[in-house]
Amino acid sequence: MLSKRIIACLDVRDGQVVKGVNFEGLRSAGDPAELARRYNAEGIDELVILDITATIEARRALADTIGRVARELFIPLSVGGGIRTESDAAAAVDAGADKVSVNTAALADPGLITRIAQRYGSQAVIVAVDAKRDAAASGRFAVYARSGQHAAGRDAVEWAREAESRGAGEILLTSIDRDGTKTGFDCELTAAVSRAVSIPVIASGGAGGLDHFVDVFTAGRADAALAASIFHYAETGVRALKQHLRERGIPVRL
Amino acid sequence: MIALVDYKAGNLTSVKKALTTVGADIFVPNAPDDLAGATGIIVPGVGHFGATRALDAPWIEAILGRVGEGRPLLGICLGMQWLFEGSEEAPDLRGLGLLSGQCFRLGTNGGRGVKVPHVGWNSLAIQRVEGTILEGVEPGAQVYFTHSYVAPITGDAAAVTEHGEPFASVVQRGYVAGVQFHPEKSGDAGLRILRNFVELAG
Repeated sequence: MLSKRIIACLDVRDGQVVKGVNFEGLRSAGDPAELARRYNAEGIDELVILDITATIEARRALADTIGRVARELFIPLSVGGGIRTESDAAAAVDAGADKVSVNTAALADPGLITRIAQRYGSQAVIVAVDAKRDAAASGRFAVYARSGQHAAGRDAVEWAREAESRGAGEILLTSIDRDGTKTGFDCELTAAVSRAVSIPVIASGGAGGLDHFVDVFTAGRADAALAASIFHYAETGVRALKQHLRERGIPVRL
Repeated sequence: MIALVDYKAGNLTSVKKALTTVGADIFVPNAPDDLAGATGIIVPGVGHFGATRALDAPWIEAILGRVGEGRPLLGICLGMQWLFEGSEEAPDLRGLGLLSGQCFRLGTNGGRGVKVPHVGWNSLAIQRVEGTILEGVEPGAQVYFTHSYVAPITGDAAAVTEHGEPFASVVQRGYVAGVQFHPEKSGDAGLRILRNFVELAG
């Protein structure tokens, strides 16, 4: 049976992981390759490097970071953040990324999804959707661009459907409402999108405890769940999380 | 030297890295004639079966020539499907035909309520170990898949995986082998399989 995936996200700036550098052994380093090695040893299913830098100089450093992380990993590696063009995608893939995730640029130019998919295959294209509950309409979710700063004027379910039809291989769905709150994933949002598309949906935003993952894989119908700080700060070990899921009948890779 | 055939169906960076890690000496042939010196051949690939159109008659002749000499051949993902007679995904194209059967879309045989494409880690129900590239791989080992079409289960299936319905996830007939998943993305189990093939290719 297909396992539910647990994905760790590394927020990287200038070659360093900027979240979660304060647990033992990595306090001073904050080195993405070191963190990646640790997660891999713990049984993480996949890694995402999220580039949160803005300058061109730093983006060159990103290629080096991707290369160093990819060198010792034999699990899927995705890169997102600031992928605006096919050449940004190509640079990430050439550096060793298996998948790239596009967000703001795809909202402005949905054809970008198709162009990257044609070049590298749909399996290499993740469309990241940042969504927020619509205050005016219950059960509806609005898409935001530019790291959640600007309303994109689109409905999350409809945008996910369009992304799929344009060639996306997966949807990385982040709840802006839950992000950083540790109050659990937005299962209603995740289920609504997961029902609407046949490609996998990766839930993100809100992970705070083991049962939040149980909820998102059951009520939320997620195919994968992504978290950052919960793993970085070693609040939750990857292995302990997977054991917890298995005990509750959720298929995982252990 | 193992030839890694690049027919522009996906990026080969990860495959190259994994093969190098398990000690393989690899080269990417520019033309079918370059296969003459290959001790083994790997045909990777992701995406639509139509991409195998680039593996035209001269490539087929060269690959079959090496296989005829007993050189091991490994197909990965789309490359594995190409070992069969063809695929429903591109009915006008023929596969290499070294293995019998047609590839088909997941879910066409009554797969119940599963998402297609099949993306993620799934387990191998190993049918045969001896003399296959599965030596040393733990029963039930999980490997990373990303595909929508699958190969049928025939006598050549060395491992079977289930996603709504069972399909052949590892095939092997003599020196001709194929894996539906991505061994280069499948942790230790994947590396072991690649190492086994590399050893087979001497």
